Amino acid sequence: MRSRPAETPKTVAGFGLTASAILWMDLIIVLPLAVVLTEAFKGGLAPYLAALDDPDTIAAIQLTLLVAAISVPLNAVFGIGSAWCITRFEFKGKGLLLTILDLPFTISPVICGLVWILLFGTQGWFGGWLRDHDVKIVFALPGMVLATVLVTLPFVARELIPLMTDQGTDEEVAAVTLGARGWDVFFRVTLPNIKWALLYGVLLCTARAMGEFGAVSVVSGHIRGLTNTLPLQIEILYNQYETIAAFACASILTGLAIVTLILKTVLEWRFAGELAAHRRH
Amino acid sequence: MSLIVNTITKSFTNFAALHEVSFEARPREFIALLGPSGSGKTTLLRLLAGLDTPDSGSITFEGEDFLRLNARDRRIGMVFQSYALFRHMTVADNIAFGLNVRAAKERPSKAEIKAKVESLLDLVQLQDFGKRYPSQLSGGQRQRVALARALAISPRLLLLDEPFGALDALVRKDLRRWLRRIHDETGVTTVFVTHDQEEALDLADRVVVLKDGEIEQIGEPLELYRQPKTAFVFDFLGHANQAQGMLSGGSAQFDGFSVPAVSSAADGQITARFRPFESHVSKTGPGFPGKVLSILPAGSNLRLEVGLSDGIVYETQHAHDSEAATLRIGDDVVVLPTKVYAFG
Repeated sequence: MRSRPAETPKTVAGFGLTASAILWMDLIIVLPLAVVLTEAFKGGLAPYLAALDDPDTIAAIQLTLLVAAISVPLNAVFGIGSAWCITRFEFKGKGLLLTILDLPFTISPVICGLVWILLFGTQGWFGGWLRDHDVKIVFALPGMVLATVLVTLPFVARELIPLMTDQGTDEEVAAVTLGARGWDVFFRVTLPNIKWALLYGVLLCTARAMGEFGAVSVVSGHIRGLTNTLPLQIEILYNQYETIAAFACASILTGLAIVTLILKTVLEWRFAGELAAHRRH
Repeated sequence: MSLIVNTITKSFTNFAALHEVSFEARPREFIALLGPSGSGKTTLLRLLAGLDTPDSGSITFEGEDFLRLNARDRRIGMVFQSYALFRHMTVADNIAFGLNVRAAKERPSKAEIKAKVESLLDLVQLQDFGKRYPSQLSGGQRQRVALARALAISPRLLLLDEPFGALDALVRKDLRRWLRRIHDETGVTTVFVTHDQEEALDLADRVVVLKDGEIEQIGEPLELYRQPKTAFVFDFLGHANQAQGMLSGGSAQFDGFSVPAVSSAADGQITARFRPFESHVSKTGPGFPGKVLSILPAGSNLRLEVGLSDGIVYETQHAHDSEAATLRIGDDVVVLPTKVYAFG
């Protein structure tokens, strides 16, 4: 069913509500963003670039990208797999699985980091074994990846589940009766049908993975130039009153967020027709 | 026999099951599985397609044990109510799908596939639609593409699951004729699931009537219509008026009159049933007395509703030039069945 197209507000109440919504949004979103940029460029371009040329900051940027590059594909695969299971099969405990999937949304990120310390830290369940075999998980890359994966777990799956529920299994069943094998069904029918939603989920997941602070903070150990991601680096710089450097780093994260937002908008705009066709179909 | 379904039983934890269902289809035959929702007809179709496995019983096709083949190896053409076209592929790619996914050594050449797609587009009268996407087609056109796609793999058996269920009445009737023609041209054995009795009687060589997972009757359309075996079949195949009466010696006795009866019941108290067009209505004479409630056109007939004193409403049909045409709403009339049916 198609809803009535919206119209420009005509009544005083309609105008007032719209105006206050815009005002509120400016106050809550646009103003802080403006602050980040003004603070970063307060001393002009030279101090800004100098702040970013710091080896620790460059290491932090690299680590942030590396963590995202590992966690996002993991979550994409997990998201497709779990969405497939949940929408294609009926089984006991499905409701429970859906609830668990949402847990990272509701639970504090600090907990998401802490669990790995409790499991793999020196005093943790597997700490002794890991030390004996010289495997480092917490306060190293693996721990930060685990924490990021946990926090960003639901993004892809949550994007795919409603779409795949809506599309149903008829096309896949038809493909099977036409003689297609499992991989053929997946790559020729399932994946093309979910590709835009998948890309969208991956984008959100990436943005969140790069910006994650709480969980990563717990498992990182804050070793400068080694286990500091960009958000952690910002905190350190800020606490040392290096305002320009802190905001310069923040502007990079903000920039990444804005790029994500633009990509997302482009996706929605470019494929609006196709997405709408899916809904009509 | 081409398809032999033997004592198939299937139960689910929470919906329609099948209980010892058996039927057969001859080569080139068009079989309709007819029943209300929950009768198990779609379950039966899924078992034939290999999308589910029965708890017991056997399905053989041309002497081959179908249950030992999985869905993709049965080479069955299936058409769904939802069309189930691949939405991101063009019409031509949809039709070619079954050929394109074959293992390299069994796959026809690109030119052969293209020729096959062309000839199928011709068959379903969509010559100029090969490059379109499913969302650019009407419902009826989509279902024709779905049929072409199913036929592309040269199926041994064609299964149709309420294929016209989502279409409007006019398109439905049109496609029905067209489907029957395609069937006669290709000669593929076909099993068609529907809850629409008119569709089943109109299309099929033989109809299997299902109720609560069991077969009520199998027969040719006319046979079902003339010799329904159970009250369910009679009621399901068309409107049925009911009256209480006494059966004795092949006729049913009512208040002051008797009517010839087609009966499988023993003599004694019966619930007699009669069709709207197997009755006379007049102002005087024997019959069930009542008042005319409505007079409406029903194609080549007039359809009357007659309310009896005890609140029962009879539906009757008469020719436009019969006595019924002279009646007005509110007239006192009598309804006299010409033939009644009773079931044991």
